[in-house]
Amino acid sequence: MRVPEHQPNAASFEDLALPLFDQLYNFAQWLTQDRTEAEDLVQETFTKALRGFSSFRAGTNFRAWIYRILRNSFLSSRTGLKTMVALDEEGSIELEADSPTPEIRLIEQANREMVQQALERLPVPFREILLLCEVEEMSYQEISETLSIPMGTVMSRLSRARKALRGDLLARREGARHGM
Amino acid sequence: MACEEWRKQVDLYLDGELASSEAGALSAHVRECSACAGEMLERVQLKRSVQMAGKRYSPSSELRSKITKQVSARPGARNVRKWRLVLVPVLAMLIAALLLSAYFERERAAQRRVYSELADLHVATLASSTPVDVLSTDRHTVKPWFQGKIPFTFNLPELAGSNFTLLGGRVFYLEQTPGAHLIYQVRKHEISVFILPERAGEMQQLSSGAVDALSFQMDSWTKNGLRYFVVGDASADDIRALSKLLQDAG
Repeated sequence: MRVPEHQPNAASFEDLALPLFDQLYNFAQWLTQDRTEAEDLVQETFTKALRGFSSFRAGTNFRAWIYRILRNSFLSSRTGLKTMVALDEEGSIELEADSPTPEIRLIEQANREMVQQALERLPVPFREILLLCEVEEMSYQEISETLSIPMGTVMSRLSRARKALRGDLLARREGARHGM
Repeated sequence: MACEEWRKQVDLYLDGELASSEAGALSAHVRECSACAGEMLERVQLKRSVQMAGKRYSPSSELRSKITKQVSARPGARNVRKWRLVLVPVLAMLIAALLLSAYFERERAAQRRVYSELADLHVATLASSTPVDVLSTDRHTVKPWFQGKIPFTFNLPELAGSNFTLLGGRVFYLEQTPGAHLIYQVRKHEISVFILPERAGEMQQLSSGAVDALSFQMDSWTKNGLRYFVVGDASADDIRALSKLLQDAG
């Protein structure tokens, strides 16, 4: 992804952006939860990125740059404004330690569909950070650039997102067990 | 360190964000602590299940082609290269066309110059009081007369049975080269036949074939290293007939 500093834009937009198309789409539909909205969002992202490509600094992280464009476009959309809840987390770098209860069996039995439903139920800030970390396999640094949040917030939000996901999966399982 | 402290590091460890010294210490602890090992296994499984569940949506082929088109239609570095790819052959073709037309133009100019000079020679010779230096209708008289006067030899056709009459011959010069100038007559029209060795230079570029120039009928061809010109005000048919006789004889 890195291009020589003395050759700005030596790698073309096409070379950098097209390989990310599928992932960007997946991320977009996770955010919007709607196919049409996701398609609009991806198109808007590519249009904005094309227009702004001259301002992209060669040698910096293209992936974080274009994901940030997608996410900012989503945030300013109607769906985005509704779903993005404010998180009271600034300054809370404290990582949560979880209960020592082994949940191995829970996760083992959680099939793909269950996890997908649990992810859908998560608030968007938790959903997106989990996707960036687990699916896009971004480093904390990249996530920090993409979401425009400090590293400490990346760690605490990720920790809380995981805890929320686990809690949801566990509750569903408990519910199922008690015939709910 | 208490297990609670270790567990705070498990996510960082699995996300690859833990410094290698800390990572080493954590994995050493996990090897000895089954509770922490269980915790780590659970986190790994959750991570993996999110990874799998997260790859869920695929874009439609319509969107893919739309985006691909949008991206590759963009005016930018890549398209400058594409543009060059088109421009280079176009320019090359243009230059080739210009060179070709310049070449043909030069050839046409040379041809016009030679033909106009030969037409002048034809007119001047006929206007002169002594048009020919060897006055004879007999080709066996005319041909030997040229021996020693021009650096080549040629054959003349038998005219019996044709409308053509040989009037005679003289030596002429075209571009410092001596040649044979023969004058024929057909139905009161005089026709000049110019024969000279074909050499490098303008003469070689001349195309063969009949032309209608300066109100004279002209024909030209090469045979056995000799360039023939037939110039006259006779009809095109007569010029062609004489040319045919000369070609068959030469």
